[in-house]
Amino acid sequence: MAHRIDVALKLNVPDPSGRRIKSRIESDLGLQVNDVRVADSFLIDRSLTRDQLEFATEELLRDPVIQDASIDNPISLPFDWLIEVGFRPGVTDNVARTTREGLERTLGVRFDAGEAVYTRKLYFLRGKLSRDDVERIARDLLCNDLIQTRRVFLPGEDRTRIVVPKVVSSAEVTIAEIDLDVDDAALLEISRKGLLALSLEEMKTIRDYYRDPAFLEQRAAAGLGRRITDCELECLAQTWSEHCKHKIFNASITYLEDGKSRRIDSLFKTCVQAATEKIRKDLGENDFCLSVFKDNAGVIRFDDEWNLVMKVETHNSPSALDPYGGALTGIVGVNRDPFGTGLGSRLIFNTDVFCFAPPDYEGDIPPRLLHPRRVFEGVREGVEHGGNKSGIPTVNGAIVFDPRYLGKPLVYCGTGGIMPARINDRPAHQKKARPRDRIVMVGGRIGKDGIHGATFSSEELHEGSPVSAVQIGDPITQKRMTDFLLMARDRGLYSSITDNGAGGLSSSVGEMAREAGGARLCLERAPLKYPGLQPWEILLSEAQERMTVAVPPDKLDEFLELARTLDVEATDLGEYTEDGCFTVLWHDRAAAKLPLDFLHDGLPKMELQARWTAPVHREPKVEPPQDLTPTLITILGRWNVCSKERIIRQYDHEVQGGSVVKPLIGAFNDGPGDAAVLRPVLDRMRGVAVGCGIAPRYSDIDTYWMMASCIDEAVRNIVSVGADPDYMAGLDNFCWCDPVRSEKTPDGEYKLAQLVRANQALFDITTVYRIPCISGKDSMKNDYHIGDTKISIPPTVLFSAVGIVPDVRLAVTPDFKRAGDAIYVLGVTRDETGGSEYFASLGNVGNKVPKVTDPHRAIVTYRALHAAMREALVASCHDLSDGGLGVSLAESAFAGGLGAEVSLAELMLEGVSRDDVALFSESPCRFLLSVRKESQARFEAVLAGHSLAKVGEVTAEPRVRVKGIQGATVIDAQIGDLKRAWQAPLGT
Amino acid sequence: MKLKALVPTGHGINCELETRRALELGGFREIDLVHLNLLSRGEVDPADYQCIVFPGGFLDGDDLGAAQACANRIRHSRVNSERLIDRLAQFIHRGGLILGICNGFQLLVKLGMLPASDGDYTARRITLTANERGRFEDRWAHLAVDPKSPCVFTKGIERLYLPVRHGEGKIIGPDEETTRSLVESHQAAVRYASPETGEPTMEYPYNPNGSHEAIAGLCDPTGRVFGLMPHPEAFNHRTNHPHWTREDLPEEGQGIAVFKNAARHILSA
Repeated sequence: MAHRIDVALKLNVPDPSGRRIKSRIESDLGLQVNDVRVADSFLIDRSLTRDQLEFATEELLRDPVIQDASIDNPISLPFDWLIEVGFRPGVTDNVARTTREGLERTLGVRFDAGEAVYTRKLYFLRGKLSRDDVERIARDLLCNDLIQTRRVFLPGEDRTRIVVPKVVSSAEVTIAEIDLDVDDAALLEISRKGLLALSLEEMKTIRDYYRDPAFLEQRAAAGLGRRITDCELECLAQTWSEHCKHKIFNASITYLEDGKSRRIDSLFKTCVQAATEKIRKDLGENDFCLSVFKDNAGVIRFDDEWNLVMKVETHNSPSALDPYGGALTGIVGVNRDPFGTGLGSRLIFNTDVFCFAPPDYEGDIPPRLLHPRRVFEGVREGVEHGGNKSGIPTVNGAIVFDPRYLGKPLVYCGTGGIMPARINDRPAHQKKARPRDRIVMVGGRIGKDGIHGATFSSEELHEGSPVSAVQIGDPITQKRMTDFLLMARDRGLYSSITDNGAGGLSSSVGEMAREAGGARLCLERAPLKYPGLQPWEILLSEAQERMTVAVPPDKLDEFLELARTLDVEATDLGEYTEDGCFTVLWHDRAAAKLPLDFLHDGLPKMELQARWTAPVHREPKVEPPQDLTPTLITILGRWNVCSKERIIRQYDHEVQGGSVVKPLIGAFNDGPGDAAVLRPVLDRMRGVAVGCGIAPRYSDIDTYWMMASCIDEAVRNIVSVGADPDYMAGLDNFCWCDPVRSEKTPDGEYKLAQLVRANQALFDITTVYRIPCISGKDSMKNDYHIGDTKISIPPTVLFSAVGIVPDVRLAVTPDFKRAGDAIYVLGVTRDETGGSEYFASLGNVGNKVPKVTDPHRAIVTYRALHAAMREALVASCHDLSDGGLGVSLAESAFAGGLGAEVSLAELMLEGVSRDDVALFSESPCRFLLSVRKESQARFEAVLAGHSLAKVGEVTAEPRVRVKGIQGATVIDAQIGDLKRAWQAPLGT
Repeated sequence: MKLKALVPTGHGINCELETRRALELGGFREIDLVHLNLLSRGEVDPADYQCIVFPGGFLDGDDLGAAQACANRIRHSRVNSERLIDRLAQFIHRGGLILGICNGFQLLVKLGMLPASDGDYTARRITLTANERGRFEDRWAHLAVDPKSPCVFTKGIERLYLPVRHGEGKIIGPDEETTRSLVESHQAAVRYASPETGEPTMEYPYNPNGSHEAIAGLCDPTGRVFGLMPHPEAFNHRTNHPHWTREDLPEEGQGIAVFKNAARHILSA
């Protein structure tokens, strides 16, 4: 029988988590409650004696100093309403896993198949609430019905009934065959019903392949019929998904603009890859790239002994459905990419960039969507748990708000790693599974979680979007696994490694099979979380925390023994071969046999059309007031500009001990950093800078300049803190709305033209800046479509930049340092208010989009600025972006606890005659700098010939005063007031 | 004499590399990072070392409360017929030094190794619970050091400025008397302090978690077992300091003094 142990804080001990929920009930739902207390309930589905239960409670579950416990009897705290929230069957429950391990250890028992622990949260509410109120609290705050169940109790109601959320599957485990010899409509129906996301053309390609007599003969020899098996069809659908194959980026595109047409054979090849190739050629013997675009993450040289690895991923669709689980899985998922690159790297930083609808959104929430506040808090908490518990500092990020992200929030998660340049005398950035190497799966077990994740994210969010695509990550199982694998790596126990992400084993083994020339996978050996999975489900499951490695047969025993010693599950699932096929067996019977060239290269190319017509927005007629102080205060308090301290504080941004420039900087540790700097190797002074650029508002005018601005901003971010502009690498992450014209997407040609233009800019700017993209990803279906409601996100690119800081002791931060220092603006200010925060604050878009007018000149200026930093001539440096000079000036001032006097007439202006434009234009390629008196002459000499203007001075009086172009005072504000406005929206 | 330190790893520990670096800078010559399972299996014996540092992390995810499940692991791991926890107690009785940082401190408290006011290193007397604000926070905190504390790790240090990075750092006892007596017995070696006065404070954010008596770290009556929530190993170089671009600071991070004290104590013992 199942037992129940409840644990709660003693009533005289305050309950901070209850208090936090109380304040969210009040702020988010507008309901009043007197008190909330939270308790934990453990369901133990295994027979134990009373003595065992009591012993385990005292030894494992209860903190005797502050907690009470109740065994086999629901705990009683005073309440008016009680809400119980538990997980649905099969959802990952980390606390339950830890509890089971603890019970086994404490009691010396084993949990057999079918026996398990489940946990629930009990929320005891005091206050005058109606049942409707309580249901709302449960539904809209405490429980996500997709993955959790809830029950509401009144005092006196019977709470003793135990419902064990055990996975029960009555379906017969079998390998099904599918008849593809059907008409087009039926083919499409097979794809739709099976959530395969395969087009008609792709279905036909598969059907035709299964008509080839030679292939059928080969199949017969393997014991397979002429019909495709479910394992094969699912495996093809995963491998050919937009998510895995980037069909749109690889499509043939006809691009039409001004009556002229141009053909593009793969945006990826002709723009992204071609740019990197050109840059590497231009760098010649200074090329620092080691592995680009081919592995799970990009690799560059850090110094002679170490390599730097980085990858950025998105996890948008799962985060829309379950923000916490989606984001947590996003971060621990992207961790496995650099971890599974080359022979494996140790993870040294995370980055996170979110795009949400504004938290104060008051419109209706369409079906299946969650309120932006809830998405925000869930995602934040997911990344907190994912990053903090993994011991990886979250060093850099951004949050962008736009109402269109209601349809799909964007969750970008990035991870950097470091690996020795050579391991056991092999270059560590290379890997190769060899024939006869064993296929070994390491880490977590397989369940039904995350099935169809790859195909799900290749579609818009619709009514049939599968719940099973949602998962919850388990950072500790992953940490145990990575600790073990790094040890195995250094002992030379494996020859190749990759992660199990989208597509699960079908993708990891299918990919590694290419290295060796084939693979034979014995599916029945795979360890399962619970019985009853179909073979195709085992093959596809995206259950987390798993890596697949290739272990040479003579190393297998040592590998498995080390895993056992460290409590890590590792299972031999078969072997790599050289027969050119990916073969899957189920109890010695063939379940799939797919030739690798068909699996990986059989996908037909898409043919698409793009048509560009520049949009024209109303040019606003703004009459600026003479006093721009209120305008500045308004912009500082806008969602996109305001302080993100409350979120940053909850991320560990300095674990690993090498933090140099933190995300919060300045005299009071609360100013905004431009980019992070860290020392990954603690006995060296060489550092890594990490920054990012994102500017979706400019997409409403022209995605070419949106992309150009992103790259420029990311580069200026890292140059600001001291990165060498001749030693930096980029990562491009595209999130688009569906750019394929169809009934659902009549404006697909325009959206595709936007994509083409962004890629063109990527080529143009990166090649001039010589910042090679080393890795990237695209997510192309960020739309919501249910009923008549369609919401498409603005085309959004996150451009991440990593750079080398040759000596971290010369790094620079944006806060003003001392009164009397001269203030400079480097770069030209133009009338570029289109898409600006300033215009947005007035409800306008405008047309004059910020342009990287002369990238050749810009990069030369950045090099000169870096030279000045190498001579320690720069006291502070801040890039100018959202909100222009006005915002940067305010930030540098209040971050330093100092004032400033500045004259706009001294700026390098081009075509600007208005003070509001000079202050709030978002022209790229600009920096705000301060320089000590004694360094000014030398500084000006180093920057001679560049667009440098001395515009004012740092003052001891804590006021920011700005004189306009005509000499009138346009800003006069206490820094305290500016800072308060900036901190107010999200708090600290 | 060769200074040897043991740094346990695994099951969610994640500050082992910077802890090793800090020990190195503190003067330790041999520093072994050893998985907890190898300690439990008796493959490595604490008796071979003079100092053990339990680093920060999220032991078992802190799933049942900070370090709770790992305290259970150490209590129930047996090396042959001997419990690992008894091996650790013997290590203390023989004069060894133990330092627990953040999650490592939580572990020592949950095991009962701190404050161990009555000399019993296996009974839990106080606990560390959720921060007053109910959330994890990363911020730097000023610490006042009790000059009368027997703590060997803080000898000669007057003040410290170190990062705290935790969600469960609030020290609380069964009653107020318990925590007050820790201050009176000078076992509360470090306390959160106001930057202006340098005095212990309950004011947020200077006291970042609402810890009773502003206690940030504790030692046992011998002063040889010490645990603290702030991270001395994370201030190993001046560039770790949040104001290093604003102030002139010595090259060595302030946190290293804690490790140097450990080395000095061993050499003089």
